[in-house]
Amino acid sequence: MSELVLSKRFNTPDSHLLSTYEADGGYQAARKALDMTPEEVVEEVKKANLRGRGGAGFPAGIKWSFMPKDDGKPHFLCVNADEGEPGTFKDRSLMRFDPHQLLEGIIIGCHAIRAEYSYIYVRGEMWDEKEILWNAIRELRAKNYLGKGIFGTKNNLHIAVCTGAGAYVCGEETAMINSIEGKRGEPRLKPPFPAQVGAFGMPTTVNNVETISNIPHILKNGGEWFASLGVEKDGGTRMYGVSGPVKNPGLFERPQGYNLKKLIFEDAGGMLDGRELKAVIPGGSSCPVLKADEIDIPHNYDSLRDAGSMAGSAGVIVLPEDACAVKAMANLAQFYAHESCGQCTPCREGTHWLNLLIQRIEAGQGKMEDIDQLLQTCKNMMGSTICPLSDAAAMPMEAFVRKFRDEFEEHVRLGRCPRDGRL
Amino acid sequence: MALEFSAESEKRINEALDEYYNTQAALIPVLYIAQDEFGPVTPEVMDLVAKRLELPRMFVEAVASFYTMYLKKPFGRHHIQVCRTLSCHMAGAQNIVAHIKKKLELEAGGVTPDGKFSLEEVECLAMCGSAPAMIINKTNYENLTIEKVDEILDNLD
Repeated sequence: MSELVLSKRFNTPDSHLLSTYEADGGYQAARKALDMTPEEVVEEVKKANLRGRGGAGFPAGIKWSFMPKDDGKPHFLCVNADEGEPGTFKDRSLMRFDPHQLLEGIIIGCHAIRAEYSYIYVRGEMWDEKEILWNAIRELRAKNYLGKGIFGTKNNLHIAVCTGAGAYVCGEETAMINSIEGKRGEPRLKPPFPAQVGAFGMPTTVNNVETISNIPHILKNGGEWFASLGVEKDGGTRMYGVSGPVKNPGLFERPQGYNLKKLIFEDAGGMLDGRELKAVIPGGSSCPVLKADEIDIPHNYDSLRDAGSMAGSAGVIVLPEDACAVKAMANLAQFYAHESCGQCTPCREGTHWLNLLIQRIEAGQGKMEDIDQLLQTCKNMMGSTICPLSDAAAMPMEAFVRKFRDEFEEHVRLGRCPRDGRL
Repeated sequence: MALEFSAESEKRINEALDEYYNTQAALIPVLYIAQDEFGPVTPEVMDLVAKRLELPRMFVEAVASFYTMYLKKPFGRHHIQVCRTLSCHMAGAQNIVAHIKKKLELEAGGVTPDGKFSLEEVECLAMCGSAPAMIINKTNYENLTIEKVDEILDNLD
């Protein structure tokens, strides 16, 4: 078994308590970081090759370096815990079992970007996790690890939990900033980027829970150590989530670049009930699907991009051979149609029409030209909206149609679903 | 009669106002506080929230209408939300929903006549690794089976 970094304490009793965390060396990395200059902290994270774990994979150290210096404005670190990408369930466990790992990462991150405010934006449905984080924050406030002059330095830091209220689009960073401000979660045009004009009009960095949870380990063991855990340009481990009909679904922390086929057939135990593998969605529902013969590859950003998909949030969804590909995509099309915020026409109309067309095909009432209409609609939706939700709906549709076109055509020819809508 | 927040809700509202950067930023938690006390976020509830936070009424409505977790229609004492998205679907979420509908004589979006249960099919709840999953009020239930659902529902009062 490879080295566990993020999930090392998941099975420790009372892993959520400050006393447990400190007994295991917790908050030593924060003390160390606060004795360094912000620039030195950023350099260490750059050396680590830590890429954002929310899905886009942007290098975290470089993102931090975009924050202005000496501008005299308050800065904000917003932590994205709006986990809602279908297939993704890693941040929930990181908050539930190790909230202090995240909070220590925030303390270090705030020093690096000179922020005195941090908001953890947790999706609305995660009631337990919000309470666990609040309790952990109260523990820190009681010890003056938060507040004024933390750890005997001149740094001040206020951390609070913000709550979502049921909107997938708030996982997009500027929509999240609007929601943190108490507004409708509609994405903003970029530029200006959050590092210039973010939360409350102030310079802001948005990082994913998993990204920030890695920070204490980087400060403690060094950027080079972290980089060496992963592959080139992609350091550390990843919280891979495997769902679908496998024998042992769940979370697996493995090095970046772990073999996708091995993850499914060894770590997750292979297919359930002797079913055959049809396809894999490698990083949450927005990532283009891979067929069974395309998965013997390393799971990391660059490798999956080369395979025509994305590493995304590393939420791996496994589809069995007996499942209907059209039904699977129709399920996701309904999701995106529900979650479009409606600001941009290509997304509002496109997600709606993709859903109508694919539901019609799945119901056996589609026409052959509907299949090309799906592709044409996808083309018009990509790259033409404020935020990537439109692309996130179109990319998987395009891949499903292209790779399983025979199944789409079979629905039209037969006038019914050949698999009776089975998933 | 005009609505008023209870002393307990007032305490929670003041705590929220202390935590966030400005009054507007407290709107999202305060709408939950209102929903906890009054039930559905009706026009009267929006009036009250706008007045309490000194925010424009239209602003409160714009926010309340954007987010699906502010319920606009009456809901039961136990609001059941079953995930319908891909991983849960593959694990049998449709059978779970069908069973709940039959057992409680309830349609998705409906409330039982005694006001005890309401049912909603919702999108991904981030419990894909332990599918199928549901939330009742603020409690998660994972790895559901028909038997497990019966046991959960039979033990709610």
